[in-house]
Amino acid sequence: MINFDYSKPSNQKAAIDAINKYSSAQFIAGGTNLVDLMKRGVVSPQKLIDITNLPLKNIEQKNGFIRIGALALNSEVAEHALIIKKLPLLSQALKAGASPQLRNMATVGGNLMQRTRCPYFYDVTMPCNKRKPGTGCGALKGYNRMHAILGASDQCIAVHPSDMCIALAALDAKVVVSNSKTERRIPFLDFHRLPGTTPDKDNNLQRGELITAVEVPDNDAFAKNVLYTKIRDRASYAFALVSVAAALDLRGDIVQNARLAMGGVAHKPWRLLTAENFLNGKAATIANFQQAAVIALKDAKGYGYNNFKLKLAPAAIVQTLKMIAGLS
Amino acid sequence: MENKKSLSRKDCGATDKGRRAFLKQSSALAALAIAPPALVNAAESGLDDKVAGFFEKVPIQIDVNGASYKLSIEPRVTLLDLLREQLHLTGSKKGCDYGQCGACTVHVNGKRVLSCLSLAVMQDGKKINTIEGLAKGDQLHPMQEAFIKHDGFQCGYCTPGQIMSAIACVREGHANTEEDIRNYMSGNICRCGAYPNIVDAIMDVKKQGGAT
Repeated sequence: MINFDYSKPSNQKAAIDAINKYSSAQFIAGGTNLVDLMKRGVVSPQKLIDITNLPLKNIEQKNGFIRIGALALNSEVAEHALIIKKLPLLSQALKAGASPQLRNMATVGGNLMQRTRCPYFYDVTMPCNKRKPGTGCGALKGYNRMHAILGASDQCIAVHPSDMCIALAALDAKVVVSNSKTERRIPFLDFHRLPGTTPDKDNNLQRGELITAVEVPDNDAFAKNVLYTKIRDRASYAFALVSVAAALDLRGDIVQNARLAMGGVAHKPWRLLTAENFLNGKAATIANFQQAAVIALKDAKGYGYNNFKLKLAPAAIVQTLKMIAGLS
Repeated sequence: MENKKSLSRKDCGATDKGRRAFLKQSSALAALAIAPPALVNAAESGLDDKVAGFFEKVPIQIDVNGASYKLSIEPRVTLLDLLREQLHLTGSKKGCDYGQCGACTVHVNGKRVLSCLSLAVMQDGKKINTIEGLAKGDQLHPMQEAFIKHDGFQCGYCTPGQIMSAIACVREGHANTEEDIRNYMSGNICRCGAYPNIVDAIMDVKKQGGAT
């Protein structure tokens, strides 16, 4: 690992001032992805700003939101009584991610910022537009079994790796960020980006901004009939081939409101808005769920080795909805 | 001529970034030669509480298996390398070094983490427990006893990580069923495939009232 400067500011202002002062500085908290990337030479920041001293660990119910501090550990959030009661979908998604050791290290803010696990991004001898813009995409005609089927570009077909973020996308969370002057709230679907012609940019965070919290609407309608389904190569501790976060507001057998998002299929958490609209007000039947899945995957495209996802993804949607509705 | 050649940018392998780092290092070394480190620190730390240039080691104080250490380390040193290379506690193993195998699992402030992905400099003031700290003299920890009793290993390389993870698994309350154990032990890979016996060992300890 190339050596770097290190600092550990004791307050938010000092942390933000420090990131503004050094052009290639990065924040570090859990380090589960960043240290890995630094060891492999994928990134080599000149300075790391350790933010673990900042008071950003609280999990609280506040003004119609559940507010989760950016430094709350993935394991703490997953096991927190308030989260289990109010946001069970988020708890399920967190428990499906990584391993117990990694969840004890990884933070909520870091989970939002984690990079793709595309092997061409990690292998510095391979072309990758995300790692080194203009070098090409090794995955496009390479071994792309794990890769995107929705929203990809000819520059990048990598997928976003998080489970937590899929649940947060379904639950309409907001990302709270601060710079040296002000605070803003980014709707979850606007936080991560599609690759387009600039796959090197994973998200819309501006230079000098620090993620301080995630706010999730306190809405009991999506706290009961929920399920996070993760399909992977082994039963635990593997990235998703395809995952589905679903919450149904059911009145009798009528879907009042549906929330659906998918992981493992795109460069960002993929919300299935048209499928949700189709389901809203309709009966919770297998036929309707199948129709919703067809709508959700309408624009999907395979790249060879990942063609199986074109069948797996709709099947995962139908299975998840069936289980929630008790039709399985 | 020889001397001049040896100092050319090309021969130094200097890119702009490399050259900047080189100049920074040179000037830093020059500064260090004439000023006490504390003064250099103070000049650098206009904004931060604790600043370390790459030319400088960072002082940290950590507790490992009940013993307190005051150390001076480079920021890039991982907790695993600190334990193995500087404290000579080679029980924690370097399997993959990328956070995928769990062989390096230790407890930091009572929680199981991967020491290969933890920067040592970030552990300042924390309590670390490794496999070496489990036995009390000749008396093995119940989890160590159970691994022997149930033949929970073959080559033994993953075992320190398995045992540290297993103790945490019981302590966290995630050892209630075999399925639970398999799920919550999935961050520890065993190439020899001793998984069924590892599960038996953990179930046994859990039945005996757990492990602390």
